[in-house]
Amino acid sequence: MSGGNIVARLPFPVAARKELGDAQLRANLRNATHTIRDKRLRMVGEVPDWEELRRSGAAIKDDVLSRLPELLTQFEAAATAAGATVHWARDAAEACAVVTALVRDTGTAEVVKVKSMVTQEIGLNDSLEAAGIAAVETDLAELIVQLAGDTPSHILVPAIHYNRSQIRDIFHRNGLSALTDDPPALAEAARRHLRAKFLSARVGISGANFAVAESGTLVVVESEGNGRMCLTLPETLISVVGIEKILPTFRDLEVFLQLLPRSSTGERMNPYTSLWTGVTPGDGPQTVHIVLVDNGRTETLADDVGRQALRCIRCSACLNVCPVYERVGGHAYGSVYPGPIGAILSPQLSGGGANRTLPYASTLCGACYDACPVRINIPEVLVHLRQTGPHPPAERAAMRALSWIMRDRRRYAAALRAARRGAAPIRWATGRRGAVRHLPWPLSKWTSTRDAPLPAKQTFREWWAHERTR
Amino acid sequence: MKVALFVTCVNDLVFPGTGRAVVEVLERLGHTVEFPVEQGCCGQMHANSGYREEALPLVANFVKTFDGYDAVVGPSGSCVAMVRDWYPKLAPDSGEVVARTYELSEFLVDVLGVTDVGATFPHRVTYHPTCHGLRMLRLGDRPRRLLESVRGLELLDLPGAEECCGFGGTFAMKNAGVSGAMLADKCRSIVDTGAEYVAAVDNSCLAHIGGGLSRAGGPAKPIHYAEILAAS
Repeated sequence: MSGGNIVARLPFPVAARKELGDAQLRANLRNATHTIRDKRLRMVGEVPDWEELRRSGAAIKDDVLSRLPELLTQFEAAATAAGATVHWARDAAEACAVVTALVRDTGTAEVVKVKSMVTQEIGLNDSLEAAGIAAVETDLAELIVQLAGDTPSHILVPAIHYNRSQIRDIFHRNGLSALTDDPPALAEAARRHLRAKFLSARVGISGANFAVAESGTLVVVESEGNGRMCLTLPETLISVVGIEKILPTFRDLEVFLQLLPRSSTGERMNPYTSLWTGVTPGDGPQTVHIVLVDNGRTETLADDVGRQALRCIRCSACLNVCPVYERVGGHAYGSVYPGPIGAILSPQLSGGGANRTLPYASTLCGACYDACPVRINIPEVLVHLRQTGPHPPAERAAMRALSWIMRDRRRYAAALRAARRGAAPIRWATGRRGAVRHLPWPLSKWTSTRDAPLPAKQTFREWWAHERTR
Repeated sequence: MKVALFVTCVNDLVFPGTGRAVVEVLERLGHTVEFPVEQGCCGQMHANSGYREEALPLVANFVKTFDGYDAVVGPSGSCVAMVRDWYPKLAPDSGEVVARTYELSEFLVDVLGVTDVGATFPHRVTYHPTCHGLRMLRLGDRPRRLLESVRGLELLDLPGAEECCGFGGTFAMKNAGVSGAMLADKCRSIVDTGAEYVAAVDNSCLAHIGGGLSRAGGPAKPIHYAEILAAS
């Protein structure tokens, strides 16, 4: 059982059509993804052993996935010994119930959050709200999205679909005043708003980029410093962590702290890296809870091909190079995990029935695989997931028929001949243009945006037989 | 060398000129070309669309048909990538054939050691590196080097060349809107170069690009690079 915000409510082609109509969105996305894409390329190009680093990252993660129960148990023991309380949650509902109960026990009505994909995945904010608890997002982009009453559309840059003047308008509507739409002015308005929240909050909620098994240490990598505020100021810290975030040893961090910033923000090193291990008397939160979330990960682990998606370190490099993402944005994917990684992660985490159109939301161009710092072969997993459909009856019939024809020389030659003959009158009708403007369903989907070519007057094998075999 | 032409199904039916061009180029270089008539489709469309079971007989047919040739040469990045990338996973006995299957530019540059095939094509041409050729076969600059050696040809840089054109096989139908948006951007880049022709290693991508250019009324025409190499 799993749930939360990883199930798309609309099939991808339907959701994509709506987003495609938004020219502003496309312009914003193009700008943002190309800027970050170029920056990533420059930073990756600086590292002479980048390919070896990628291989190390993939190998460490694969090792983790192959002995996850053992490492999780080790992590739990170490974190408990350091004074943290570890909780286990099988699915989104269980995770939300645990966190909500922990917050309620503190008697507070407002918590500060540092951006956490897994709390979005499980739909934690809604659950807290239902219990009368306000969750304040403190990451700048996350705050913008929250103030807009919107949902994130990118893993790393949740407000990527807005430009600066749209952001100023959102701030104005919410009483955050910025005189201009200059990024520093907007950031200053957010800073003033958030400072008051940080100083009054008694409970902080975080995710973790990594969880070190040998020491029970959690790691958060961020750019704005809001994370460190959330992690150090409140009395109580609740960290919600996906079970795949485990790394065996401290030394393994060396690899990922190089891979992650260069892949995600295109920086050599991120500005803030916070590590905390349980409770330290007189310093930082005096009560620390860690909620380890499964929510479909164990089932994903059981799939030989698909499990590589669990290597993902949420850097979003695949989103920034994806030509499909660039056109439709994150909302079309209907999940907190958009883009290429979302197209393989969301269907697996949410189990069989949901998100079945997402694996088709790709041309298999492979740019994502090249960009992935942990070498997730996203095209391979996409094709793997397509084996289970959906296969519309007409398509299935056509595929079966074509397979039956194309495996036999005589049937195949006859079919080519028939297609060539069938096209003759159309060729005559199209005259010198030689291309077709409108075809009947289902080929009308092709001619909706482009002309169609016609079969040639003579197939290659007819030419060969005529010219070469006499 | 006993070279077998793997023409691919799209070329056989819609672009036979590309197959004839490969024959012309290889014969001009002094090689004998054979066309095993048992060949059909490589199964890419089936495998990539989620019809593995239906792809398997096509894979088996390919392996059987091309067994025993010194080299199998195909003028298609994506079909050759299907053979090289997927066959070992789908058909464990395909190793021998897979290792000897080449996309045309690999065969010319790596196996024959030739970049100047003696062609003349006095036109302005831009080159679109298709995704499977670029990222699965890692063709690199081989096709460009072949084109740069063509007499009279002016090769124009294509901005955003390495971005997908939006074809993607059944993607073009299943997600026609997104595909069309990607195509529009690609066509604009091509037209902006001022080229008379856009060349590529894949006629399937070119059919999509050509359909876009023809719909938009652009002056650039799609052409498979093998047909440029065959021109004299």
